[in-house]
Amino acid sequence: MSVGAPKIPVVVAEVVEVNELIKRFRFVRRDGAAMPIFSGGSHVVVEMDDHGTRRMNPYSLMSHPADTMGYEISVRRDEVGRGGSLYMHNHVKPGMEMVLSQPVNLFPLDARAKKHLMIAGGIGITPFVAQMAQVETMGGRFELHYSVRSPALGAYVDRLQQHYGPRVHVYFDELRQQIDLKTLLKSQPLGTHIYVCGPKGMIGWVHATAKAMGWPDRAVHSEEFLAPPVGLAFDVQLAASGKSFTVQPNQSLLEAIEAAGVEAPYLCRGGACGQCETEVLRCDGHIEHNDHWLTDDQKAANTKIMPCVSRFRGAALILDR
Amino acid sequence: MTKTMFEPSITSRPVYGVLSPGVGSAHLFVADGEGAEAVCDLFAKAEAAEMKSASHIIYMPGANGCDRSAALQALGVAQFYRAPSFASAQPRLAKVLADAHMGLQVYAAGTEGLMAQVATAAQAAGLPYEAVQMEHRGSLARRVQCVHCKGVTENVTLDPFVCSHCGLSLFVRDHFSRRIAAFQGVNIDAEDPGLVPASVERFK
Amino acid sequence: MSLDFNDETFRGDYTFKNSAKAIKRFPFPFPEDSYMYSVNMEPHVPGPVGSIFEHMFDVDEHYVAEMRDRAQVLADDPLRCQSLPHMELAGWDLLELIMESKARDYPHWFELHKDGNNWHWINKPLQIEQRFTFMDASTLPYGPLEYITRQTQGDFTLQDQRDDDLWIEAGMVTTQADWSLDFDIGMSFKQWHAPVPLAGQMGIFDRALKFLLKLQHGAPVRRFNWTMTVDPLLDTSPENYPKWGPSKTTMTPETIGHRQHLRVELQTLHRLPRSNAIVFPIRCYLIRFEELVTVPKWARRLHRVVRDIPDELATYKGFLRNKPLMLDYLAQFDDGQPTSLGFAPD
Repeated sequence: MSVGAPKIPVVVAEVVEVNELIKRFRFVRRDGAAMPIFSGGSHVVVEMDDHGTRRMNPYSLMSHPADTMGYEISVRRDEVGRGGSLYMHNHVKPGMEMVLSQPVNLFPLDARAKKHLMIAGGIGITPFVAQMAQVETMGGRFELHYSVRSPALGAYVDRLQQHYGPRVHVYFDELRQQIDLKTLLKSQPLGTHIYVCGPKGMIGWVHATAKAMGWPDRAVHSEEFLAPPVGLAFDVQLAASGKSFTVQPNQSLLEAIEAAGVEAPYLCRGGACGQCETEVLRCDGHIEHNDHWLTDDQKAANTKIMPCVSRFRGAALILDR
Repeated sequence: MTKTMFEPSITSRPVYGVLSPGVGSAHLFVADGEGAEAVCDLFAKAEAAEMKSASHIIYMPGANGCDRSAALQALGVAQFYRAPSFASAQPRLAKVLADAHMGLQVYAAGTEGLMAQVATAAQAAGLPYEAVQMEHRGSLARRVQCVHCKGVTENVTLDPFVCSHCGLSLFVRDHFSRRIAAFQGVNIDAEDPGLVPASVERFK
Repeated sequence: MSLDFNDETFRGDYTFKNSAKAIKRFPFPFPEDSYMYSVNMEPHVPGPVGSIFEHMFDVDEHYVAEMRDRAQVLADDPLRCQSLPHMELAGWDLLELIMESKARDYPHWFELHKDGNNWHWINKPLQIEQRFTFMDASTLPYGPLEYITRQTQGDFTLQDQRDDDLWIEAGMVTTQADWSLDFDIGMSFKQWHAPVPLAGQMGIFDRALKFLLKLQHGAPVRRFNWTMTVDPLLDTSPENYPKWGPSKTTMTPETIGHRQHLRVELQTLHRLPRSNAIVFPIRCYLIRFEELVTVPKWARRLHRVVRDIPDELATYKGFLRNKPLMLDYLAQFDDGQPTSLGFAPD
């Protein structure tokens, strides 16, 4: 059973410097054909050939879901990360050929909601740009609360306010503006769903506040992609394919498996979807479980690992792959 | 009071818990018959004291005649309403849900048919089904929909039973629809008309 | 009716039959001499020319007659097609998928012309010509799901995906293996499958759900299911069980070859792009025993499958009472010779 959909060969059509931290990229198909329509909240995995290192990073689609001429993503430059965002910022130019995955939606709107309450922090705005466009087409009710560091870094603030008017609320940290979450959550009609995308702290704050105010878990949705963390190098053995290799400090386990020529399933590459779950046959040491997928009990048992974001410290790690 | 023990069953059949004080801005209780006792047990807990000023209880006596209105009225909640039947309480329930905000906690207690209809109403108003707390008390009589004529027969205790709408003899499956708030009844003598086994009182 | 399509009935005088060509392409569902549940999904990719897999949605000689039968079922019971309000977008996704597939795969029968959202659809076999605005249901005689599935063979259900589950919340179900859309609509994946015996304990539904939640747009999958039906009745619904149930009691050794049918469902699953819903087309193919036994390998194998199936499964599939009659009939075609692996005739 394979979930492999054909990948999309694209060419970079446009690179726009949105502000000092964020660049927007537009991709069109190399063969000129239409892109698949997608649902708001979807992401694609962008494949990069970073001077011999293959990087595959997930980015939320922010173009209009019905725009089949091209896809757009926004990338925030991360100076301390492993280099995927730096590669996008420094090396990707119009005319370059790249490869995208099919869109996958791990952050869908609940179509039954009487109202969608969207809460964004920083670059977490991107899935909402597509979702608002889709909800508007369908005549749905929504409200965006967008928190960002400063007017200079407020990507798309003007564009969104202009288009959606009073449905968009913006908060600048520098001006000491803050979302008054308690007041906001008190007055929402029955059937409202909350969606939050942004830094880890914001996601936790929204979940905790909503819970304390009696919101059901199933009415609060969040998406947080983890960038695979850097760490110490470690050795791994693959039992099924009979390969052994070292995972480099700025390489994820999944990337190392792929670099060894072993095919492994994946969808989000950010610890959220569960697709790359792999059996651990032997673990002499400590698995750094960085994912949102495995339960705490599963993490403690050390019998499964999510190679897209998790790492290992110790004497021996053997996987069933 | 212990909660009702049910036979192991298939995955569409609901399971019920024990009502406990929820965190929220308002509390709506709907109960029938012995379900009143589950509500009283909840309010007997210390942490429920401060809920009373934000609580609304809608109650109807059970089909078996059980009427605990007095005990509920004595709780002194902000709003108490005794309805003669669930059908008569439905317009009120719909209005309360339509006016409500997120943060409302919904509790249902009593027979399966009552709880299912409360959960269906809450879901229609936008609350997830799982957000409705339910505790079974009293009769195990079932609410059954005839798959043939679509008529619902209330308080079914016998299996097989005669559909109160079309007159077919139906056996009662454990298959349960949260949308219709009923178990499924299927004609028992479809293949051999007239061959109907004797009814057994399965749901007391 | 044109030469491409049979003039036949699935009720009353039951004139349904398969041509020699239809028998040859029949999707015999047993790759080996025994049967047990499995998830057994494979990519729904185009198959050999002439096979039922050649195109995304197979249109065969029974098309026009099946659509006539569906219209009659809906006239008798409009509840066989339902869509909860939030599923309309998925209905448009499905309409687009089917119209584009059919216009591409069968250009001599179907045409789709688009000018922005102004669409022009031509269905020659059913003599339908429709101009409408895509995504505006008021420009079609029915909602998008009902409109397109009145013109497409097979049952259809639409599953919304949320909370790590699939919810069956719309469908067109008139050729079903004894389950009620009206009762099941709104259920989660496991609630909907709750009445199926054994499979739950085997973990079949856990695995299938986990797989389907990750199903990707552009990568549909397929599997087979099967049951038995007396007379070529498409609408074996629980709603009408008192009407068709007695037919099981009147079969004889003389009539079984003609009246007993193997009923095979080609089930495909497709992720829909705008709604992120999953569409589940369940296409029913019928073959009478006397047609099936013209292929010696199929006759041998069906005998062995029916002989060895657990009673619990035969009960669920509704043929336990006629199992001895079936075995007597099929045994005469089983000489004990080995059969080759796979579906194809030897």
